[in-house]
Amino acid sequence: MSLLEIIGGIFILVGSVFLFLGGLGIFRMPDVYNRLQAGTKATTLGAMSVILGVGISQAATDWTWILKTLVIVIFIAYSNPISSHALARAMYKRKKFPLVKSKAENMDAYREIIETEKEEVKS
Amino acid sequence: MENLSFSSKMSRFLVLWFFLMVLWVLFTASFAAQELLAGLGVSALIAVLSVNVFTCCSLKILYPKSLFYIFVFIIVFTIELVKSNLDVARRVLTPSLPINPGIVKFKTKLKSNFSRMVLANAITLTPGTLSIDLIDDTFYVHWIDVQTTDPEQVHKEIAEKFEKILLKIF
Repeated sequence: MSLLEIIGGIFILVGSVFLFLGGLGIFRMPDVYNRLQAGTKATTLGAMSVILGVGISQAATDWTWILKTLVIVIFIAYSNPISSHALARAMYKRKKFPLVKSKAENMDAYREIIETEKEEVKS
Repeated sequence: MENLSFSSKMSRFLVLWFFLMVLWVLFTASFAAQELLAGLGVSALIAVLSVNVFTCCSLKILYPKSLFYIFVFIIVFTIELVKSNLDVARRVLTPSLPINPGIVKFKTKLKSNFSRMVLANAITLTPGTLSIDLIDDTFYVHWIDVQTTDPEQVHKEIAEKFEKILLKIF
């Protein structure tokens, strides 16, 4: 085994640990928004790390793998947050309101937008 | 689509052409003259066809100062991404599940659509926050551990370190 393969293996190991933690987060969190929080962060870094690890370990035979995996990593960093944002927004528009634990005021600032939108449709 | 003057359209076209060419070189990973010529032709064609849709940035983004701040942004962003993953790991592995969720709002100072989108993406990947919607210049952010609901404080807490850099790039 060459040094590059060992470094790539470490990247893949770290990535898979984070992917596992993301899965655990989706299982343990109470509502959809908190699940998205855990899911998005862990899958972004996890997938990026696994893909970079593959690129680095293959670079021992063909160095162009690093460039190609870098393009994929940039694409993931760019598209993953957008998809989770779209999911969260769609959930709110379907009136699945987030869980709020504390009794402090104005913990759900987005609700007023949804309420006014509903009234506009009615009138 | 926006109505732009010829010169600003031209500068957007050149930036798009440059980025498509960089993408071509990353994919083909060769510097043979034939490959580069084909890439120049193909990316110029795509840039001409899509310049009205992908109006991300003008030539200002290729100045050395902007490139330097893009580099700084990538470093800060990577550190925040790792920090947010450790944060998620800590919350998930604690048996009592320490969360205090809620939705907060704040106003951004950024002007262009593209920079706002970059800020929204960065917020989603920083510790404990998830951007839900952007109406005019107000961000609505789901925060897993709400410390304050005052928009100014929220802005300082969540967005300021990215916004400072983004204001210098765009």
